[in-house]
Amino acid sequence: MSKKWLVAVAAGALSMGIVACGGSDSGSDASGLSGTIRIDGSSTVAPLTEAVAEEFQANNPDVKVTVGTSGTGGGFEKFCAGETDINDASRAIEPEEVELCKKGGIEYGELQVANDALTVVVNPNNPVKCMTVDQLEQVWEPDSKVTNWSQIEGLQPSFDSEAAPYGPGSDSGTFDFFTEAVNGEEGAIRKDYNDVGEDDNATVTGVSGAEGGIGYFGYSFYIENEGTIKALEIDGGSGCVAPSVETAQDGSYSPLSRPLYIYPSAESLKDETTKAFLEFYVDNVNDVAEQVGFVPLTSDQQSKASDELTSLEG
Amino acid sequence: MEARDALEMARGIGADKPPRSLRSSSPRYGEKVIKYVLVVCAVLSVLTTTAILVSLLLPTIGFFEQVSFGDFFSTESWAPNLEPPSFGVFNIIVGTLSTTLWGLIVAIPVGFLSAIYLSEYASPRVRKVIKPILEVLAGIPTVAFGVFAVTFLSPLVGDALPGFIKTPPFAAGIAGLAIGLMIVPIISSISDDAMRAVPGGLREGAYALGAGKFTVSTRVVVPAAISGIVASIVLATSRALGETMIVLLAAGKSPNLTLDPGASVQTMTAFIGTTATGDIATGTISYDTIFAVGVVLFVMTLFMNMISIRLVRKFREVYE
Amino acid sequence: MFSGMPERTRLAASGAQATVASNLQRQRGGEQFKGNLFFALLLLAVAFALVGLIALIVQSAVKGAPAFGLNLITEGPSTINPEDAGFRPAIIGSVYLILGVILLVVPIGVGSAIYLEEYADGTKWWNRMIELNVQNLAGVPSIIYGILGLAFIVRGPLDLGFILAAGSLTLALLVLPTVILASREAIRAVPPSIRDGSLALGATQWQTIRRQVLPASIPGMATGVILAVSRALGEAAPLLLVGAAQFVTFNPQPFSSDGYSAMPVLIYNYALRPQDEFRVLAAAGVVIMLVVLLLLNSFAVWLRNRYEQQW
Repeated sequence: MSKKWLVAVAAGALSMGIVACGGSDSGSDASGLSGTIRIDGSSTVAPLTEAVAEEFQANNPDVKVTVGTSGTGGGFEKFCAGETDINDASRAIEPEEVELCKKGGIEYGELQVANDALTVVVNPNNPVKCMTVDQLEQVWEPDSKVTNWSQIEGLQPSFDSEAAPYGPGSDSGTFDFFTEAVNGEEGAIRKDYNDVGEDDNATVTGVSGAEGGIGYFGYSFYIENEGTIKALEIDGGSGCVAPSVETAQDGSYSPLSRPLYIYPSAESLKDETTKAFLEFYVDNVNDVAEQVGFVPLTSDQQSKASDELTSLEG
Repeated sequence: MEARDALEMARGIGADKPPRSLRSSSPRYGEKVIKYVLVVCAVLSVLTTTAILVSLLLPTIGFFEQVSFGDFFSTESWAPNLEPPSFGVFNIIVGTLSTTLWGLIVAIPVGFLSAIYLSEYASPRVRKVIKPILEVLAGIPTVAFGVFAVTFLSPLVGDALPGFIKTPPFAAGIAGLAIGLMIVPIISSISDDAMRAVPGGLREGAYALGAGKFTVSTRVVVPAAISGIVASIVLATSRALGETMIVLLAAGKSPNLTLDPGASVQTMTAFIGTTATGDIATGTISYDTIFAVGVVLFVMTLFMNMISIRLVRKFREVYE
Repeated sequence: MFSGMPERTRLAASGAQATVASNLQRQRGGEQFKGNLFFALLLLAVAFALVGLIALIVQSAVKGAPAFGLNLITEGPSTINPEDAGFRPAIIGSVYLILGVILLVVPIGVGSAIYLEEYADGTKWWNRMIELNVQNLAGVPSIIYGILGLAFIVRGPLDLGFILAAGSLTLALLVLPTVILASREAIRAVPPSIRDGSLALGATQWQTIRRQVLPASIPGMATGVILAVSRALGEAAPLLLVGAAQFVTFNPQPFSSDGYSAMPVLIYNYALRPQDEFRVLAAAGVVIMLVVLLLLNSFAVWLRNRYEQQW
């Protein structure tokens, strides 16, 4: 009996081993690059970085690229501790994070890789087309008493429906950017909003399901779900502007258009593989950007990123 | 066969050492070594508990140096990561209780009645098929229940009862439904075991007095097996309190102080799950909050486990 | 046993009393009707659970059907081409995780069970404490083990970092109590007469355990181990905390800090993505897991029935 057992266990172990071996690529590559590039940060930028990484790995199969989504702030904490090579960021680095990196002895560069229009979305049945920044603040400010759309001052047309605000968690750069732009202070927001963490998809399902739902996220999420939710035009003081590729690129979608960045550390640029990856990133980002739903760089922005990278490599 | 092995072994020993004194034999250090190795294995589990306690308590002490007890155990809003932060843990305790409650409301009748069916009504053949099938429910990964709840149950309920789910697709009741399904086999299997442990004589006595199957099941078997049945429910409650993936996917992340099944809630487990994946740096107040919440959850489930262990022991003692 | 007798008598008496009472005042038809209604209710309850199970399986299969194909196991995650994406790194990650769990949990779990059943003196407080401790650990929520893994294994004293082996160790601690409890049941099922026979023939205690008790209890232990391992395989919550939540396109290695992934965690990630292709993938991943787990479960049930010993 016990012999049979041994055989069964051995057979099981063997078959698992075959699965493990069958999966691993052992092909050699032409470029000769190898190693690991560790990336973390914003969940908004992650799909873009993942797409670029995928193309890069297709050409360089021995290179491993890991892309985490700890959020811009969470990512900077790792980045400044030297745990990652590149940080994805949906906003510029902040003074405290600059301090943190200085303390960790990390030098870095800032490369803009795409544009984004932070899109405010509502349910398709919502008749409202445009909101001013002040009206957004009424909904989102820390002590907001708005529980129904009809309570928002100056909103046309009036809409009688319970307001259900959805938004990302406080680790997200999108959250930081939105609270800063709308409520005037980063992190200040009503406490009873529906926090979806880094799961922007939950906002889509929430807003498409609740008549009075309102939420915000990156333009790419809006494009992916155009049928189920409606984007609002935003009046930043000079008339209603709809989020689009053009208005995001020229900045007229204000104040909610923003640049998206990656922050490579100077240390990692000494590594051939990371350097090659970053060059590939800047040269090819526009090809994949539209495919995965991002607003591509203008040619000026692209050459600026290219120059920045060259000067970093120094 | 075993007896023959023992014989052969005995013969083998005899052959190795021809004449043996009747005094104490060789000291057999090997036996002692083995015993101590086994002791070490058993002690590892105690070390695990110690490690859990230490890793929970140390950061929690740090947490309470910054946040007062009164602020933590209060009904203030729960927003540890917002500006300004507030730490009313009752919001997420109630969130946990809500999903657990709705889970139990589904699972207790279904599990309990299934157990009566399995133990008293089903033929041995049917029982042998149904019981393992029900137990499959307990083996399904909880992430699968979560995906099922949010992509299937939530739209289904949303269509059937428009307006029931306040912030689709998330609702405590939807998560509860999925949790209920998951813990049905805990209740049905353990209760079935407890009812089958009731001696046949009790049933036969009642039958002899002319009772029907319904009376025997509800008036004789259930009261006799009650400690096992309650133990199964307590155990299921403990599982429901600690469930993470289902609530992460289906209950939402809004800390609302309500037991409304249609409302989105944040549970303690969901808070830990979302906050810890964000990988906040050690030493920050957000990081310590995870552990403080962990302690509350740990104490609640520990309490449940102690009760169920006592009850199980009691129902074993009665008939074994 | 003895202390149980009065309790038993009391129950028997109360049962008899209830029966007699209901007999004296019964209307035949009413009783019949109540009985039938009750039976219908029982069937309804069983049906509810079965329908839930079937709905889950069918829904996952239908939703995941468009993604079925070899690419599910040969390809990794892809953002650009979700329709060709698969689970390869996660499958390999899960296989490594589980191998690690088995390597850790089988010797330690069986060892503890042997100690508790064969050596430990149950009247001593420390042995009772170990027993109670194991029972309690079995009921600790998995996310607490995640916290333990994060604070004690990934960081803190062991400081292994976010590596696959740390995930394996965390899962092993999670299922260890279950394995100990199952192994104890299996050992307890071996009747004392077998041990007495062996000891009487001059075998030492360890010889008795190794040659008599263990061979006879292996099927029971294996069943317990398989069920525990299938739990570890489907567990996602602790892994979220110990670093399996990354987007990994390459095959993970047990001790590399490059990052790793596991099936249930990747399913969770896919389920959260906005594009429907990914939710289809999540459903397909659920189907893969269900197939593996059903196979493991059936194997365990078969084992239990095949080798169930009557002494």
